[in-house]
Amino acid sequence: MIATMAGAPISIEHVGHGYGPLPVLHDLSLEIAAGSRLAVVGPSGCGKSTLLHLIAGLEQPRAGAISVGGGDLPERRLAGCALMPQDDLLLPWRSALDNAALPLMNAGVGRGQAREAALPLFRRFGLEGFEQEQPRHLSGGMRQRVAFLRTLLAGKGVLLLDEPFASLDALTREELGGWLAETLDQEPRTVVLVTHDVDEALRTCERVAVLSPRPGRLLLDAPSSHLSHEDVMEALRS
Amino acid sequence: MKRFAWVAVLAGLLLAWEAWVDLRSVPDYLLPSPSGIASALWDERSTLLSQAAVTAREMLFGFALAVILGLGAAILLQRLPWLRSAVYPLLVASQSIPVVAIAPLLVIYLGFGLSPKALIVALVCFFPITANALDGFASAPAELRSTMRTLNASPRAIFWRVELPWASPRVFTGARIAASYAAVAALFAEYAGGSGGLADSMHDQLDTQLVGASILLLALLALALFGLVTLLERVMIPWAREG
Repeated sequence: MIATMAGAPISIEHVGHGYGPLPVLHDLSLEIAAGSRLAVVGPSGCGKSTLLHLIAGLEQPRAGAISVGGGDLPERRLAGCALMPQDDLLLPWRSALDNAALPLMNAGVGRGQAREAALPLFRRFGLEGFEQEQPRHLSGGMRQRVAFLRTLLAGKGVLLLDEPFASLDALTREELGGWLAETLDQEPRTVVLVTHDVDEALRTCERVAVLSPRPGRLLLDAPSSHLSHEDVMEALRS
Repeated sequence: MKRFAWVAVLAGLLLAWEAWVDLRSVPDYLLPSPSGIASALWDERSTLLSQAAVTAREMLFGFALAVILGLGAAILLQRLPWLRSAVYPLLVASQSIPVVAIAPLLVIYLGFGLSPKALIVALVCFFPITANALDGFASAPAELRSTMRTLNASPRAIFWRVELPWASPRVFTGARIAASYAAVAALFAEYAGGSGGLADSMHDQLDTQLVGASILLLALLALALFGLVTLLERVMIPWAREG
């Protein structure tokens, strides 16, 4: 297990947001318990990624309130959340190991110590032997694993995963989806996973929230164990 | 074969030029022939090479100063937005000042040594580096900056660990443009205050063969500096080329 703050609860109360005259989210409320996992599913443009930015404190909602670990100030939310975007966004001039160690170095840990801390995780993440490779020499799946490792090493209680495997082929996506679920089982974090893949949502997270087309409203919020693929699809079509 | 297409084009141009001068009996003072230039180059090789060494030194020092000033200015302007608002428009406006006009003043201020010439080269060359670096800093994806903020990065860390490396290919682009200006800038500087450089062989403009030989050497110096920058780019940021 990676040393971290324990998963923090997230509270989203009547949040509305938009860009210019364009409304993106409307009156959205969700409670996410500490250490639990929520998948957010919805059509393109319904505000899923915006929701992650709002939770992370990168943007402030126009209406309503969001708190992470009880703190609603953007700095508090930023301090509690780590974001993994759809593209891996690894730095091409750094080795895989230096990319993974970056959040530790950003936090003031020396380069050698940060690399030492990241190194054992390469084996656990199936990346052994690729530590010194530049990102361009890694496969898409390996790059996403390094990006996920980098996100974990930020040591935050909340992981915000924005369609982390959407850019991969179907086979790799399925393989990594299973790997992600197993890895998260070993990590006591609060997770919000944005995905288009209903099966991935049901397999990875304990709860699934379905958003409507823009402006995103909550259509369904239920435990995965009570839902089938068809239930989610039906909510999406409604 | 494609790599050497330029050799064929150059050979064709030189042959056509030589034939034109020969067949039309163009006098030397109007247009020297390539063979005449080659002959002047050989006859005056000792003088020309020592002059080229002087010009090369001015170019190198001036260019190095331009890189330091250009990149330094870009970093300051990026890190201090108030300074950028205050100074960048002035910097852009300053590019309309003809350096040829102020070169003699710099010679008066700084004397006839290497310093004023290096400074003139730097003044001509620094701006493309500054402008390209600033564009490069701004080109780092917003999503990457946001992600880095959630990965414990302060604005300072984002600049040094993301924006600056991200901008480095653009900095090299600016440096290549600057390198192509450096030879002519060195010549301006030499015209303003004698130096023993290649400008000395260009004073007698009726000796077109010698002027042609000097221009050829100046072009070779510009190419060499351009090549050096390209080589440094390949060594220092291989990731930019490969990926």
